[in-house]
Amino acid sequence: MAKMLMIYPDRCTGCHDCELACSFFHDGEFRPHTSRIHVSSWEMEGFSMPTTCVQCEDAPCVAVCPTGALYNDPGNSRVAWDEVKCIGCRMCTLACPFGAVVFETGKRRIIKCDLCDGSPECVKICPTCALDYIEETDAAKARKKAIAIEFKKAFEEVAS
Amino acid sequence: MNGWTGTIVRVDLAAGTVKKESLPAELARKFIGGRGLASKILCDEVDPTIDPLSPKNKLIFSTGPLNGTYAPSASHYNVVAKGPLTGTIAASSSGGMFGPMLKYAGYDAIIFEGKAKKPVYLWIKDDEIELRSAEDLWGRNTVETTEEIRLATDDEASVACIGPGGERLVLFANVMNECNRAAGRSGVGAVMGSKNLKAVAVRGTGAVRVSDNEAFRSASQRASTKIREHAVGGKGLRTYGTDVLVNILNEIGGLPTRNFRESQFPGADKVGGESLTARILTRPRGCFSCIISCGRATRIKNPKFGGMGEGPEYETAWAFGPDCGIDDLEAITKANYLCNEAGMDTITMGSTIACAMDLFENGIITTKDTDGVALNFGDAEAMVEMVRKTAEGEGFGKKLALGSYRLAESYGHPEYSMSVKKQEMPAYDPRAVQGIGLNFATSNRGACHVRGYTIAPEVLGNPEKVDNMTTDGKAKLDIIFQDLTAALDSTGACLFATFGIGGDDLAELLSCATGVSYSTEDFMKAGERIWNLERIFNLKAGFSARDDTLPDRILKDQVLKGPAKGQVNRLGDMLPEYYSLRGWDASGVPTKEKLQELGL
Repeated sequence: MAKMLMIYPDRCTGCHDCELACSFFHDGEFRPHTSRIHVSSWEMEGFSMPTTCVQCEDAPCVAVCPTGALYNDPGNSRVAWDEVKCIGCRMCTLACPFGAVVFETGKRRIIKCDLCDGSPECVKICPTCALDYIEETDAAKARKKAIAIEFKKAFEEVAS
Repeated sequence: MNGWTGTIVRVDLAAGTVKKESLPAELARKFIGGRGLASKILCDEVDPTIDPLSPKNKLIFSTGPLNGTYAPSASHYNVVAKGPLTGTIAASSSGGMFGPMLKYAGYDAIIFEGKAKKPVYLWIKDDEIELRSAEDLWGRNTVETTEEIRLATDDEASVACIGPGGERLVLFANVMNECNRAAGRSGVGAVMGSKNLKAVAVRGTGAVRVSDNEAFRSASQRASTKIREHAVGGKGLRTYGTDVLVNILNEIGGLPTRNFRESQFPGADKVGGESLTARILTRPRGCFSCIISCGRATRIKNPKFGGMGEGPEYETAWAFGPDCGIDDLEAITKANYLCNEAGMDTITMGSTIACAMDLFENGIITTKDTDGVALNFGDAEAMVEMVRKTAEGEGFGKKLALGSYRLAESYGHPEYSMSVKKQEMPAYDPRAVQGIGLNFATSNRGACHVRGYTIAPEVLGNPEKVDNMTTDGKAKLDIIFQDLTAALDSTGACLFATFGIGGDDLAELLSCATGVSYSTEDFMKAGERIWNLERIFNLKAGFSARDDTLPDRILKDQVLKGPAKGQVNRLGDMLPEYYSLRGWDASGVPTKEKLQELGL
């Protein structure tokens, strides 16, 4: 069954721990700049939004990749890649509407979320459960429940 | 180096030059980083007798070895200088993004020397460092300055800046980063203003590396688990913020009210964390790498006090609230926003207004002094107006900008200032909590709760409950907390991490990060070394045992009602034991043997 990385921006406190866990796991160093997940914050409004690869079903990066380095990997619910085939043309970076894939010349590599092979480090470290790795058809469950709870409160007030 | 970057930036503002120096390994080992390292540099390079607002003072931004890693809640950097409010050494810490960002750019610290001829800001993008003109930014508040600099540099830059408060040399001006995070207390922002330095902006794209990845990962996970499972660190602070303390302190009769005339406030509940959460909270916020999330994103819709930003923290809510006899949470929050925008310390601002209200109600000052504003306790509008006047340097605000001691002294009544070494006591009545009184009296930057937070054991029962009314054992307790905090402030960790972890955990994290082996004893010894170093600076600056005291109101006037009824602070019972346990002589001077033992 397919899983997805679910993001709840309303729970995010802007701590960037996801970026730290990501870079430390993949590269053995703390470097938010090359984290596969990225948090944008608006300090005055107190709002933060993590963004990362959403592992498109019909992925533009796969479509434009001239060597087939990027490919669909439905078994792992992700878009994966083969370093050997990558020629560093950056067509994937141009095509991705989410800004979720870049190429780093210094290390000759693609930087993109691989879901840590099924056990995402960012999800494990997130202190407020703003990130979750969950069955895709269950992904909206928490939101449904939250709305139901609000409705229940209002309904009980009216009914009593 | 691991943990440390190994590089310090030195900026000569008068000459407009920047150079890079390497961090000596032995200095790093002994003083760790942050507060300790910067204090050592200040003590080596600055004459303690100078005027703090002269070009001879230096301003040091300093990170710790844990900054930039995922050690839980370790984003704090320190700003160190000789403080203009107190004349003591000043070290103010702040969380947010700035400290880690400076590390990613490749630097442990920045030393600013001299005074720029015209307003400037420093822009750091990894290896490239340049001083840029800030003439167009002068006069702008901290939010505008942050936005403008990001537009001119990089939208992900971290900006630490001063507002109009620091520019006008308000003696309790802050350095603000990410708009809402404050290196507050002691007036380091005024030192920055005196140097014509408007801001430091950083974007770092590099890495912070640790010595032993696997050990660091497991030490971090263990520390995180302890904080998450702690009632305060794991749950209380995120749910209610630090403002949860209002009702707790009020219950034990330790909530200073109306300039410490009383120690309980009838309207406490209206300004406490529970009310804040219900009425104005947008959502909890966390500093970089923080798992506690005590930050409060708030919004006030009422146009009278409208605005948005972060806060109030407990001490802020107390200073503008109970200490001024005010129970209007919206007015308190507005005063907080104004202070953040102007870059001013909320504790000293609120306490100075409380002092002015006390002077006014006792007929020492009148509406002739206060630009026609009746300054009665409980008047929320007058309080907010006084903050605005101070921020804008208008009329009576110019006197408030000097802090409560100089204000009260100018009218011949310094006894109305609730301060130690000219810095105002924060939100804990030392008559109801004896140990914190000793800490206020001996703190190296004037009255301060975050030099030795004995409130944790004395009130909150962390790590275990100690009787708040007794003086027994408080000298030892204070010393442990002061040394632990001095070491902790040097690692980059946040004090709130101690709601879950202790010196042993921090020593382990530090060892795994740096590769230098610190035992718990080594770690505490480093804290003691830093404490003694700061003390020596203050002694050379002219302070003595005479200054290790509390206001007469605390030592002589009994609490009139509530759980602490009849109490005064019994400092005299604790101070001689404190000096003795510190290895200092009876006049509070460290002995030769003690200094030798500490390698000073």
